[in-house]
Amino acid sequence: MTARRGSMRHAIRLACPPDLVWDLVGAPERLPEWWLGIESCVIEGDTRTITTRSGLPMPERLLTIDHNLRRFQYRITVPMFAEHLSTIDVHDLHDGTCLVVYSVDAEPAVLALVISGAARAALNHLPEQLGVEQVR
Amino acid sequence: MGRKILFVTTDQQRYDTLTCNGGALSRTPVIDGLAAEGVRYERNHPQSVVCMPSRSTIVTGQHPTTHGVFMNGVPLPADAPSVVEVLRASGYRTALVGKAHFEPYFDPFLRFEENALSAEGTTPHGGHRRGFEHLETAAHGAMGPLHYSQWLIKNHPEALGMYCRAVDDTLQVSSEPGGDTGAPQVKVNPIDRGIYHTDWVADRVIAWLDSIDADEDWFCWMSFPDPHHPWDPPESEVGRVDWREVPLPAGYPEDRATREAIIDGKPRHWRAWYDGTLVSNYEAPAEWVPATLTTDQVREVNARNAVEVELIDEALGRVLARVAERGWGDDVDIVFTSDHGELQGDFGLLFKGPYHVDALMRLPLVWRPAPSSRQGAGTAPSVVTRPVGLIDLAPTFCTIAGIEPPEWMQGKPLPVDDGDALTRGFDKVLTEWDSELFGVDVHLRTMMRDRWVVTAYLPGTSHDGTEGELYDLVDDPLQQVNRWDDPDMRPLRDDLVADLWDSQPEARAERLVLEAPV
Repeated sequence: MTARRGSMRHAIRLACPPDLVWDLVGAPERLPEWWLGIESCVIEGDTRTITTRSGLPMPERLLTIDHNLRRFQYRITVPMFAEHLSTIDVHDLHDGTCLVVYSVDAEPAVLALVISGAARAALNHLPEQLGVEQVR
Repeated sequence: MGRKILFVTTDQQRYDTLTCNGGALSRTPVIDGLAAEGVRYERNHPQSVVCMPSRSTIVTGQHPTTHGVFMNGVPLPADAPSVVEVLRASGYRTALVGKAHFEPYFDPFLRFEENALSAEGTTPHGGHRRGFEHLETAAHGAMGPLHYSQWLIKNHPEALGMYCRAVDDTLQVSSEPGGDTGAPQVKVNPIDRGIYHTDWVADRVIAWLDSIDADEDWFCWMSFPDPHHPWDPPESEVGRVDWREVPLPAGYPEDRATREAIIDGKPRHWRAWYDGTLVSNYEAPAEWVPATLTTDQVREVNARNAVEVELIDEALGRVLARVAERGWGDDVDIVFTSDHGELQGDFGLLFKGPYHVDALMRLPLVWRPAPSSRQGAGTAPSVVTRPVGLIDLAPTFCTIAGIEPPEWMQGKPLPVDDGDALTRGFDKVLTEWDSELFGVDVHLRTMMRDRWVVTAYLPGTSHDGTEGELYDLVDDPLQQVNRWDDPDMRPLRDDLVADLWDSQPEARAERLVLEAPV
């Protein structure tokens, strides 16, 4: 059977220290700077509400902002999602580069694909946004 | 002044739905008339049996392995080669009206220009996209942010809820029963015919043609979303075909045991889908079990499909009348085809998937060359029986426009008769399938050559790479007897499989990525 719950992952390796990336992706209010297609982003307490370019409001609950692990986690709380967890990890590869990993688990599974596809585009936008090279 | 090109596609239309191809349910006098004046192809195959890869093949003239759009949800890169850009660069005015689907539909962030454009107009950023100067989009019903949906919202908001809901609350293709028989993706649609998407596409094509100067050359892709499910044509038209009177398709053995025995002779994912234990792709309702399909549901789906085909034929007739009024009638080449087929009851199945049989692979194709062209004047109406593919369309358009097809195109200009096809080596056509969806992957490579269709399976979730299908289209036109494991066929099978692998196209250097379900 097709899975009800979907799990997806995308990553990009960048030629820069991890903190440079973390300063951007670990700051919830800076999401529109690197995630394409966001019209607005409002933070109230542990709730971040983004409005997508299509006009869809998408409230999110911020779960983890760990500066030591460089881990950011959030849940989309739109009723359309029975379950959602997105995780952004920035790994130091100790060679002057870092690996940025975006993982998403969602039910319905289809939404994992939709979010991860947008996340991949966002990751691919990081080199331009940060002015750094992607390492292939 | 050169030859204009009206390229007409439908979505998910079988070969046998046209009267000129032997279909008995729909009346298609307009397309039949074009076939009578031009070339009708009896073996036209897509290079993929789902929308995005197939449409990408049409526009690039390349196999899916080469252009990289291996399944629905993989966007065709904006800088992919395009025959439309070749035409535009040589002076053609260019448009696509209707279903594009080179980029995914599920796009809340409006990352893809096909989805974002409707809020801004019909002229893509930079003046064109893939060579299209004018993009005016529609899909199946009031779906997404496309132009047709936005037009409905603005002008006929009452109609938004009339269409069948294509996806359910879990964003899966809806299996909600409808119509008289409870068939999936069937709904009584009270929408006025004049605002149904088929007529809207024709209206918008006419409007675009009216914006073109009489002496300009143009290429217009008129892309009807029907007869793809949902099967929800305007209620006012449904009475054209009484489903109770519809004969069961030849490919649907009424006896359940016979149907299941046929499926059991095929690789195991056929039966697994039929029983509802495996859904390998997004294109069919995940919650619907084909084994529950009733004979009346098969009849009703076929009846509604036939109605949608008739509406397309009539809409095309309106456009051709306008072309004639503009004085272009003798100068326009008309090409009619579809992107892939529909199971439509064959083997007890509906919709589409990794099933390389005629229901999905054998497509209508008619080319009516411009009567004023030298080729048109010198080409008697004909029927081509040798294999051709959608991959041959791009170089055909170049030839019509008097342009040498670029080297990146992998097909050949369509033959005008069997002698021409024989001379220029039209002896086989390839189709491929790759899908990877939440841990389930399926990979098929298929070749039609001579009287044979051979499919080799690569290792995947349900297959170890030894499976295959081999059908004799002469003795077994319904592809009910899989001869892959027939010892008598082994030498032939080995020869066909060797040819199949030798014929595989060059793969794209960097693999593209699945970014959405569809």
